[in-house]
Amino acid sequence: MSIEIRGVSKAFAGHPVLRDVSIDIPDGELVALLGPSGCGKTTLLRILAGLEVADRGEVRYGGQDVATRTARERNVGLVFQHYALFRHMTVADNVGFALKVRKAPRPEIRARVDELLRLVQLHDQRDRYPHQLSGGQRQRVALARALATSPRILLLDEPFGALDARVRQELRRWLRGLHDELHVTSIFVTHDQEEAFEVADRVVLMNAGRVEQVGPPAQVFENPASPFVMRFLGAVNVFHGHVDGGRAFVHDLEFAAPSAHGRSTAHVYVRPHDIDVHRAALPGSFAARVVRVLALGAAVRVELTAPGHAGALEVELDARRTEALSLVPGDVVHLAPRRVRVFPAVERQSDSLTASGL
Amino acid sequence: MSGAASSLARREVVAAPDAVPLAGLAGAARRRPRRATEDPAPVKWALVAAALCFLASLVLAPAAVVLVEALRGGFGLWWKAVADPDARAAIRLTLLVSVLAVPLNAAFGVAAAWSATRFRYPGRSVLVALIDLPFGVSPVISGMVTVFLFGARGWFGPWLAAHGVRVVFAVPGVVLATVFVTFPFVARELIPFMEAQGTEEEEAALVLGASGWQIFSRVTLPNVKWSLLYGVILCNARAMGEFGAVSVVSGHIRGVTNTLPLHVENLYSEYAFQAAFAVASLLFLLAAVTLSAKKTLEWTQRTSRRDAAHRSPR
Amino acid sequence: MTGGARPRRRLVSGVLPGFGLSTGVAVLYLGVVVLVPLSALALRHSALSCRELWPIVASPRALASYRLSFGASLAAAAVNVPCGVLVAWVLARYAFPGRSLVDALVDLPFALPTAVSGIALTAVYSRNGWIGRWLEPLGVRAAFSPLGVTIALTFIGLPFVIRTVQPVLEDLDAELEEAAATLGAGRWHTFRRVILPAIVPAAVTGFALAFARALGEYGSVVFISGNMPMRTEIAPLLVMTRLEAYDYAGAAAIANVLLVTSFALLLAIHRLQRWTRSRAGLA
Repeated sequence: MSIEIRGVSKAFAGHPVLRDVSIDIPDGELVALLGPSGCGKTTLLRILAGLEVADRGEVRYGGQDVATRTARERNVGLVFQHYALFRHMTVADNVGFALKVRKAPRPEIRARVDELLRLVQLHDQRDRYPHQLSGGQRQRVALARALATSPRILLLDEPFGALDARVRQELRRWLRGLHDELHVTSIFVTHDQEEAFEVADRVVLMNAGRVEQVGPPAQVFENPASPFVMRFLGAVNVFHGHVDGGRAFVHDLEFAAPSAHGRSTAHVYVRPHDIDVHRAALPGSFAARVVRVLALGAAVRVELTAPGHAGALEVELDARRTEALSLVPGDVVHLAPRRVRVFPAVERQSDSLTASGL
Repeated sequence: MSGAASSLARREVVAAPDAVPLAGLAGAARRRPRRATEDPAPVKWALVAAALCFLASLVLAPAAVVLVEALRGGFGLWWKAVADPDARAAIRLTLLVSVLAVPLNAAFGVAAAWSATRFRYPGRSVLVALIDLPFGVSPVISGMVTVFLFGARGWFGPWLAAHGVRVVFAVPGVVLATVFVTFPFVARELIPFMEAQGTEEEEAALVLGASGWQIFSRVTLPNVKWSLLYGVILCNARAMGEFGAVSVVSGHIRGVTNTLPLHVENLYSEYAFQAAFAVASLLFLLAAVTLSAKKTLEWTQRTSRRDAAHRSPR
Repeated sequence: MTGGARPRRRLVSGVLPGFGLSTGVAVLYLGVVVLVPLSALALRHSALSCRELWPIVASPRALASYRLSFGASLAAAAVNVPCGVLVAWVLARYAFPGRSLVDALVDLPFALPTAVSGIALTAVYSRNGWIGRWLEPLGVRAAFSPLGVTIALTFIGLPFVIRTVQPVLEDLDAELEEAAATLGAGRWHTFRRVILPAIVPAAVTGFALAFARALGEYGSVVFISGNMPMRTEIAPLLVMTRLEAYDYAGAAAIANVLLVTSFALLLAIHRLQRWTRSRAGLA
C-alpha cells in the first residue's frame, strides 16, 4: 500500500509542529523518519495512524484519502515507543486482541497468534504477562500484535529507543530481515542516525516540522541538501568564507562551488575524514597546530587550531596514516581538504523533498 | 484534588523507617551508633507516646466505648436491640439506599473520569471542580435543598403530589439526599488515577480496531478496577452512614424512613443508651470492614506496582 | 488533489470514542444532582427581600451560632495541625509495635458514620464518661459546652491534616537531612530548617480541609453539644431548626451564609493545593 502525504501541517496550541510536509512512499518500502527530538516526526506518525488530525493537508493510502477514516478503520499497524502492551493480558491475548475485537472464530485466532509468535520467536512466552518480559521481548510482542491483521502499513515510533545497545543492534537486524520477508510498507521514527541508515531503504530527514531531505542513506550522506542535514549526519568542520561566481573562498583557499550563484557569504563544510594531513605545505592546504591526538580504536581523531578559524578543527585519520606522520601535540602540519560542501549563508531551504545536490 | 481520603493513587510504598535498634546480642549490650538522620531514642519514644496519647483520647476511646456500651448487659441484650423490628427496618432501608445510590454514583464517576481524563475541552476543569462540591456543603444543606425541590411546597412539590409520589418524608427523598452527598467519591478516586495512567493502551486498542465499549471493557476497566473498587467502598461507607442530609429529609418516621444512623439517634434521644450503642456497633462494624478493605486494596496496589517497577528497563 | 487549505479547528481534542456519551452523562448528572438543587436554594430566599432577610441572618441567635461554628471549627483545625503533624511524623518515621493498627485508626473518623461518632464522643467526655470523669474535678466541662463542640470537630478533622502531611514526609528525600547533618546541623535544627518548610504547604492545606469539613459538620456535634441556643447551637443545627418550623426562607438565608463561607474556603483550598504542588516542584 503506497502512502502519499501532501502539505500536512499541524500546530499544538498555536505552536507549529509540522509545516507543509509532503512525502511519497511507494508500496513495500521501509522508510525512516530521522531527526532531532521535537522535529515533528512522532506527530506525523500519529497523524498517519489517525491518532491526531492534521490542521491542513492530505494523507492517502493506495491513492485513497483517509481523512474520513478513524484510527479504528484504517487498519494500520502501530508500534508505540513504550510498547503500550495491555498489562493485564498475556502475550497471546495481546497478540490476538485485534482479531478478538473483530470477532474472529477462536481457532482462527489461535492459529494466527501461534504463527505470529513463531515469527517473533516468542512462542514459549505466550502465557507470560508483559511485566515478566524483558524490553526486547516486549517490543517483539508489540510488533506481533501490530501485525495480527496483516496490515498493509506498519508504523513504528522509536521502536528501539528504550532498549540497551546490544539488544538494539539485534532487533535492528531482525526488523530488517522481517521486512524483507513480509514487504509491508513501513515507516519508523528514530533520532539515531546509525539505526536509520542500517535499517531503511530511504531516509527522510526532518527538522523543526519541515522535511529537509529524502533519499537513500548513502545519497543523503554524500549529498546533503542543507547545512542541517550535513551537521545532523555526523561531525563536520565549518569554515566561513564567501562565494563569488561559482567559486568559494576560505582564507587563501579556493574551491569549486558550481551551484552557488552571485556573491554572498558562505559556509564551507568539510567532514573530518575528508581532510588530508601533510607535514609539508602543498597547494590548496593551510597550516594548523596539533592540540590533541585521540586514539579511538580503529581511527584516530586529531584536534587542531588554525589561525583565523574559531574553535577546534577535527580531522579523522586511520591508524596507519597517523603512525606514518607520528603526530605530537604542538606540531605544525598542513591540512588539505579533499571534498567540501558549500552552502551560501543566506538560505531558506524549501520544504519539499527536492534534494538540491551541490 | 487531594482530600483527606488517602487515595490509592497517592499512597506510595512506606519506606521502612529506621529499624528498631538491635537488642543487645547475647547479653552484651552493644550500642549501635546512631545514623545521622535518626532521632535520639528518648526523643523518639516521647514523641510516640505523645502521639499515642492524642490518638487514644480522641479516637481509640470513642471507638472502644461503642463496643463496650453495646455489649453492656451481654450479648442477649445486644441481639434484642439489633433484631428489633424497627432496627431491622432501618437496616433494610440503609441497604436499599446503598444499593440504589452506589451504582448510580459509580456510573457517574466512570463517565466523568472518562470525559475528564481522555479528552481536553473548554470547561473541563470546571466540571472537575464541581465534582468536589458536596465536600464544601454541609450535609444539612444538601438535605435542605432536597426539601426545597421535592417538598410539598417545593418546586416539584405540586407536580409530584398530583402524581401521588411522595419524595420528602419518604424513601425516595432519603435516596436522593444520599446520592447528592456521595456522588464525588468514585469520580475523585478514578480521575487522578486515570490521569496518571495515560491513554497509550487505549490508543493502541483503538488502532487495533476496537470499538469504544470494547476499549472500555477490555482495556480500561481491568486497569482501573482497584481504584474503582476503592471508590465504591468509600461511597458505600458514606452512603450507609450519612446522617445530616437524611435527617432533614426523612421525617424520622419509625420503621419507614429511618436509616440506621437515624434509628441510633432516635434510640439515643429516648435514653435507650444500650440499644443505641448496640445498633451503632453495626455501623462501627461497617467502618471496620471499610478500613480493612482499604488496607487490603492498598496492599494489592503496592504489590502490583512493585511488579510493574521491576519491569521497566529504563 | 484537493491539498486543502482548510484549517480544521477542533474544540475537543482526543481520538478515543465516547466523548459525547461520557460528557453528556456527567453534565446531566452534575446538573441534576448539584446545580439544580443549589440554585433552588438561591432562588428560595430571594422570595424575601433583603430588608426582611437581614433580621434573620443577623439575629442574636444566628450570630451566636456563627461565632460558635466558626470559632470552634477554627480552634479544632488549629489543634489538629501540631497534633496531626506529630502523628504523621511518628507514623512516617518510626517503627513501633502496633504501628499499622494506629495507621488504620487515623482513618476511623473519616469512615465512621457521624451519628456513631457523636454518641461515642458524648459517652467518653460526659460527666461520668471515661475521660470526662477526670476532667470534672478540674472544673473542665467537656460535654454540653463549646469545648465539647471543639473536641468533636477535632475528631472529625483529624485525618485531614495527617493524611495530607504523611505522604509528604514519606516522600521527603533522606539526602536533604543527610546533607544538613554533614553541614553540622543537629536534629532539631534540621527539623526546623529543612523538614518543617517542606511540610508547611501540606499542613496548611490540611488545616483548610479540616476547617471546611468542620464548618458543615452536623452529626458528630449535635450529641455532645447539647444544642442550647445562644451557647452551644451550631449553625447547621439552626438551619435544621428553622426547617422544622417550616421557616424555609429563614433556613435558606442562614444556609446561604454557610454556603458562601464554604465556597470561599473551597476556593482557597484549590489555590492552596496549587501552591503546594508548585512548592513540591521546587523541593
